[in-house]
Amino acid sequence: MSRTTKICSIVVIGIWLLMALAPSLLAPGDPLAINPTEAFAKPGFAHFFGTDESGRDIYTRVIHGAGDSLAIGLAATALGMGLAIVLGTIAALSPRWLDEIILRVLEALYAIPSLLMALLIIAFTGPGVGPAIVAVGLSTAPGYARLVRSQIRTLKNSEMLEASTVLGRSTWLKVRNHLIPNALKPLLALVTLGIGQAVIWAAALSFLGLGTPPPAPEWGAMLSAGRTYLHLAWWMSLFPGLAIVAVAVCATLIGRALGGKVKSL
Amino acid sequence: MNTIAWVGRKVGGALVVLWLVASAIFIAIRLIPGDPAEAIMGGPGSQASAQALAAARAEYALDQPIITQYFLYLGKLLTFDFGTSYSLKQPVTQVMGEVLPNTLWLSLMALLIAWLLALCFSALAMRAGRIGTFVGNLLEIIAAAVPHFWLGAVLIMLFSSALGWLPAVDNGTGRGLVLPILTLALPLAGFLTQLMRDSLTEAMSSQFALAARARGESRLKLFWRHGLRHAALPALSLTGWAFSSLLSGAVVVEAIFARPGLGRSLLSAVLARDIPMVTGIALFSALVYIVVMAISEGIERMINPAGDPR
Repeated sequence: MSRTTKICSIVVIGIWLLMALAPSLLAPGDPLAINPTEAFAKPGFAHFFGTDESGRDIYTRVIHGAGDSLAIGLAATALGMGLAIVLGTIAALSPRWLDEIILRVLEALYAIPSLLMALLIIAFTGPGVGPAIVAVGLSTAPGYARLVRSQIRTLKNSEMLEASTVLGRSTWLKVRNHLIPNALKPLLALVTLGIGQAVIWAAALSFLGLGTPPPAPEWGAMLSAGRTYLHLAWWMSLFPGLAIVAVAVCATLIGRALGGKVKSL
Repeated sequence: MNTIAWVGRKVGGALVVLWLVASAIFIAIRLIPGDPAEAIMGGPGSQASAQALAAARAEYALDQPIITQYFLYLGKLLTFDFGTSYSLKQPVTQVMGEVLPNTLWLSLMALLIAWLLALCFSALAMRAGRIGTFVGNLLEIIAAAVPHFWLGAVLIMLFSSALGWLPAVDNGTGRGLVLPILTLALPLAGFLTQLMRDSLTEAMSSQFALAARARGESRLKLFWRHGLRHAALPALSLTGWAFSSLLSGAVVVEAIFARPGLGRSLLSAVLARDIPMVTGIALFSALVYIVVMAISEGIERMINPAGDPR
């Protein structure tokens, strides 16, 4: 990947973080303030991204929506990754029969498409932000767990572990000093990719009306509202979508860059 | 490993996976706090009638010991009996049978188009210069990252609202299928192109390609005879994954384009918390995934130039 794309993606992620942490700095307005007289205003100087059916400013809403999407993405990835690390490590280090069982369970989880798995969970829990996070986290866990398992298995047979065994180190010391640092580094690339994916999945659930409820400025929910007025007000759908795509593309680019670096380490 | 043993192993593995999925769903229904009969009927909010609850108790044999319930449930699944959808008051299998052809057709067409696009682009990429490669790279990443729900909206804005070329909602002429298929196919094509291009570049710059060129084979013939096989392999092994991502995508695409199908039935079942319908569709898609995986591995075995992959 070229320097330019790397710098661009870091800048975009930086802006995203700024939007999430200090939205009022970039958009001082109230994302929920309605103004019916200015409904469906076209993008222009008064409203950079136009307004929606209640006259709410889309630009302000996109900026304020960054926080939600970041929080959901981080929480879901943390949940999925945490579960994956536990399952993957147990599978890799345990005797063959237990490894086989965990593998089969992972395969079974993997057999249900991610969004379907998320929908399955929401069918049991009911819609909402919390269930959306759990749903996205659980549906991404099996993919990560397989990678964690293969990482650790490769390390398990490595010479440094053999050396520690010869030196008589305890299992815990081996796990702490060799397995965790060496297995986690490649996972960093995966986490970056995963956050981008989690943002998309969470937005998809909100888009389907199962995540963040409507008045909140969440990107997926905004797209869902814009769908009704697609022929009338394209800007309602275009800008929140661009925000999602920008975050997802940059997360992919950075994840790849990290992945390349890890490989050459 | 000979073919019969291989097929036996695959079928056995698939059955174990399906059994695990079914068991997980069985446990999940019992883990919902409160009355399982009520959970099956859409949770406490649905205010199911006493009769409906009694019917659900009888259908799921909830008065029996849990082990009996479990085996009765597995027995029903073996005969493709997924229970009765409480929101539609019809057997789940019947509802699925009605909408399935729509989704299957949509997914297969999208898979085909994605494959064709990926093949064309990876072949074109072989001839691209520096700027072409850069643009191609970026386009692939963007295509792969674009969520279906936004791509669908953008395609409607562009081809339906602005240009007026294609209808957003199917009017029965088949032209209405173009946008939904493209919405599903473009992100997948992005993924497949990334994969194919990598292995194609590798194959075309390998020793055997050089040898073939030295024998006087043309570049085109080399591409058809050798490059394509190598390019297709990694993409083929992802077909199972691709199909399951298409099923996920179908939920969104069928919602945007107001098309009847498995995805749309699933979504309305989730909104109604219609557990038999939701679990039926989830089990069915697990079955589809496993079958598609097995078939694609079989094809892979046949065309892999290195012979038996294991």
